[in-house]
Amino acid sequence: MAYPTDRKYTKEHEWIKADGTSASVGITDYAQQSLGDIVFVEVPKVGAEMSAGKAFGTVESVKAVSDLFAPASGAVTEVNAELATSPEKVNSDPHGSWMVKIALKNPGELDSLLSAADYEKFVAEEAGH
Amino acid sequence: MGAKMVEFNGWDMPVEYPAAIGCGIINEHMAVRTSVGIFDVSHMGDIRLAGPQALAAVQHISMNDASKLSVGQAQYSALLYPEGTFVDDVIVHRLADDDYLLVINAGTREKDFNWVRDNTRQFDCSVENLSDDFTQIAIQGPKAVNLLQKLTDADLNAVKFYWVTRGKLCGLPNILMGRTGYTAEDGFEIYVPADESTSARVWYEILAAGKEFGVLPCGLGARNTLRLEGKLPLYGHEISDSINVWEAGLDRFCKMEKPEFVGRATLEKAKAGVKRTLVGLEMTERGIARDGYKILDSHGREIGYVTSGSPAPFLKKNIALAYVPTEFSAIGAPVKVEIRGQGAGAVVVPTPFYKRPKKTT
Repeated sequence: MAYPTDRKYTKEHEWIKADGTSASVGITDYAQQSLGDIVFVEVPKVGAEMSAGKAFGTVESVKAVSDLFAPASGAVTEVNAELATSPEKVNSDPHGSWMVKIALKNPGELDSLLSAADYEKFVAEEAGH
Repeated sequence: MGAKMVEFNGWDMPVEYPAAIGCGIINEHMAVRTSVGIFDVSHMGDIRLAGPQALAAVQHISMNDASKLSVGQAQYSALLYPEGTFVDDVIVHRLADDDYLLVINAGTREKDFNWVRDNTRQFDCSVENLSDDFTQIAIQGPKAVNLLQKLTDADLNAVKFYWVTRGKLCGLPNILMGRTGYTAEDGFEIYVPADESTSARVWYEILAAGKEFGVLPCGLGARNTLRLEGKLPLYGHEISDSINVWEAGLDRFCKMEKPEFVGRATLEKAKAGVKRTLVGLEMTERGIARDGYKILDSHGREIGYVTSGSPAPFLKKNIALAYVPTEFSAIGAPVKVEIRGQGAGAVVVPTPFYKRPKKTT
């Protein structure tokens, strides 16, 4: 699966797609493949503050529990309620399945994240281990 | 995210096979429940005891009654420490009159072999570690018998559950095939020569023969969820060197009418003093119990711990096995599981969580 160029990526395998000062956050195709069948997504409620680099939620597959790390800082404005009942959507459409939307505190934080090309290079190295 | 493959006792084992070929833990699990799946379980160990006093030796080191076994029959049993706790659980096969095969776990192979050897020195029988001689492949599921029958001249329908047979398989002579498994489903475990080209050839022939049944190769992940639904214990989780037979609820495999076996004396005294017991839990609130999570009472006090917890792919519930004080073990008793600092509701339910439907054949 190609990594969309309309967003930025973290080394912890989240993506963030900004639209002005709002941004949606999800996990990458590589992440969903590594996790396997996803059965549980837990994210903070609307209004909660996320800070860049800190854990903000949890995603669980049948086998594994993983923290979600915030790609950028901001308050949660919307939660993807569909994932509470259909978490497997993250497997079938990882780059379309946003988990939260946030109001970016400092859009400049995205500049330090990986581009699609850089992320692709990064996961190729990681998978090669 | 940091998702990792889980290392399994130093073995390079697949946790699951790629989604690209239709696998993944849920699909693998469902294949075994509804049709057939195959597992490479060559990491399992095999110890053979043979000689005039082989039965006496097996009786001394295991808690079940091996004198009840006919030639060709197998039983679930366990090796115990003098404290009545577990060295390992095993399947004891009687291959011939004075010839027994113990199938043991991967993580405890060396420990088990040394323990068996050291505890059978007084008996006139040989103890051989055959672990590296065989590749064990498990064919599991309601269609397992149909699949395997395509590849062997042995009459598999004549083999009852927990019996073994021998026959030609994929052109190989005299292959041991047991109607055993670790999935709570019908199925077979076969023991083929361990050389890589032979075991790989058999593996691919089974996959090819299983195509018409939709066979899937299954990894350790599905093996774990399948055995959990069936409440089959896993060493280091439900049983260990600090858990005794009564706590683990394995009474029916422990024959106290046997006059002697390692652990018996302690178990006799311990029966009245059992304070904790293994229970099945089903989550009643959102959340998944995982191995090692704490069990809390309604006041938030820690009362026990989860030994194994997972979503159950066939039952579509979040289930767990846990040790709790006996006063919390009644069916319907409410408890909490501590998940990331929060208590999530769960209730004690009957086990096994899953029981395979009775076959009419």
